[in-house]
Amino acid sequence: MSSTTIQIISRSKYYNWLVKNLFSSWVNTILTVIALIFVYQVGSFFLNWAIFDADFRYNFQGELIIDRGFCSKNIMPGEYGACWAIIFARWNQFMYGLYPIEEAWRVNLIYALLPLAIIGILFDKIPFRRYFIYFTFIFPFLAYFMLYGGPGLSVVGTNKWGGLLVTLFLGVTGIGLAFPLSILLALGRRSKMPIIKSLCVVFIEFIRGVPLITLLFTANVMLPLFLPDGVNPDNLLRALVAVTLFQSAYMAEAIRGGLQAIPRGQVEAAQSLGLSYWQTTRKIVLPQALKIAIPPIVNTCIGLFKDTSLVLIIGLFDLLGIGRAALADMTWTKLYYEVYVFISLVFFIFCFGMSRYSLYLEKKLKTDNS
Amino acid sequence: MSTDQVIHLEKVNKWYDDFHVLKDIDLIVNKGQKIVICGPSGSGKSTMIRCINRLEAHQKGTIVVHGTELTNDLKNIDLIRKNVGMVFQQFNLFPHLSVLDNISLAPIWVKKMPKNEAEDIAMSYLEKVKIPEQAQKFPGQLSGGQQQRVAIARSLAMNPDIMLFDEPTSALDPEMIKEVLDVMIQLAEEGMTMLVVTHEMGFAKTVADQMIFMDEGRIVEQASPDEFFNNPKSDRTKLFLSQILNH
Repeated sequence: MSSTTIQIISRSKYYNWLVKNLFSSWVNTILTVIALIFVYQVGSFFLNWAIFDADFRYNFQGELIIDRGFCSKNIMPGEYGACWAIIFARWNQFMYGLYPIEEAWRVNLIYALLPLAIIGILFDKIPFRRYFIYFTFIFPFLAYFMLYGGPGLSVVGTNKWGGLLVTLFLGVTGIGLAFPLSILLALGRRSKMPIIKSLCVVFIEFIRGVPLITLLFTANVMLPLFLPDGVNPDNLLRALVAVTLFQSAYMAEAIRGGLQAIPRGQVEAAQSLGLSYWQTTRKIVLPQALKIAIPPIVNTCIGLFKDTSLVLIIGLFDLLGIGRAALADMTWTKLYYEVYVFISLVFFIFCFGMSRYSLYLEKKLKTDNS
Repeated sequence: MSTDQVIHLEKVNKWYDDFHVLKDIDLIVNKGQKIVICGPSGSGKSTMIRCINRLEAHQKGTIVVHGTELTNDLKNIDLIRKNVGMVFQQFNLFPHLSVLDNISLAPIWVKKMPKNEAEDIAMSYLEKVKIPEQAQKFPGQLSGGQQQRVAIARSLAMNPDIMLFDEPTSALDPEMIKEVLDVMIQLAEEGMTMLVVTHEMGFAKTVADQMIFMDEGRIVEQASPDEFFNNPKSDRTKLFLSQILNH
């Protein structure tokens, strides 16, 4: 076949697709046109605002923007583009909060190593996966040492942490700690031992029946009451406890769904071979149940990641809290859209990543089970 | 009491809530015996053999396997399960593990055998059931007959001296039944003690040295195959046999 015929065939393929899907009838054609106009209007408005008419570090006169008074839209009537200078000016706070800037390399190092720490769990067919998994278990200690400090590194109290650091800390640690806890809760809820079972049911149902904000307040006010005198965990740790408990309850229910999908015969076969309860659970039940439960588990993770922004209510400065602090600054006030669009974008990147990962897994599991 | 006696059920009773599934079951199995159990569905035949390795708990009576009585004592249950293999109607292979891993799992984890030794044993049993070439595949890639043969190999790898078969061919297409029965016949010829719940009467005639007919939770008739097929005593047995043999 010559290249021209291939071109003709492929061109007609697109043509056929267009006709079939977008212009198959009058109604379809009208809807297509309306939709295109709508997308064009909204899209061009947004792109003009966010990129083409926007200020980044310099305004239209080429001056460095050092406060909102320099934004083009505040100089020229009729200009409406975004003024991203606030993001640049506040970049360090968005990334590290009040972390001393000369120590920020420690945070950057952890940001850089984080993907390496989770890649071994996310993908099962990567080279040297075993070593990535080892790293996953070392990483929390490394991260604690690097972020908080210790021998050889100056201590940076968690009250100085903020922005993306707090958001990621709560999200990643919360999910990481909640995962093993939720497995135990899910198993406990299906246990034949009445006390264990009722404890798990009460815990899960209580946590699920209470808003996260309430838990955050409770952890903030009540946690010190349960601890011995003198032990006064800092705010971030209290928030982490609340977030972990909250997440574990939801994740436990997702895992329970997976457990219920495992046929009874699997357990019976394992038992008849002489495997103990824990061996059966670990080698037979959980590998299959977690596989099934991955999409709902990721779903709860996405939910939690976004919910971490609620900690601003107990005085922690996560990404959203830092954004609000930036807006409260007289030199930058009123740049709401810029700040909230930026924060949304950061959250979106992480949540969209998780969502795509979940889809990828669903597809992979389908082929695995063929 | 014979010293060859390996399983002894005495006045075993079991209820599912109000439903009386097993009623005063008495059964003695000697070493090397092949017992085929048949009966209509719901007669309690599966439940009876599932009580022998405690997949079901009985509520009254005693079950003694190899001199160990089955009670709630987990140690006894483990001891018995190590010596009693079971093959299920639905195969119950572990779908997330390869054929080889399915078979070597229990030797590795229960018998604490080194991995390569367990895999050698797994391969030898795969050869015995005549599918060594499937070792690296996953259960979902095999035919029903092949899966059931893997399930038999998986049980045998624990080196049990009693094998329980719970309708091992009922979920198979007709053309695959023979390959599974052939393996079972071979096993019988090697002297394995076998309790088989099945409606394969041809198989029963070939290997059984005791036939048991159950109905409504009772053992209605227990006899040698010759007696059982040619001269059944109870009318219920006659009716059942006429239905199943004319089928």
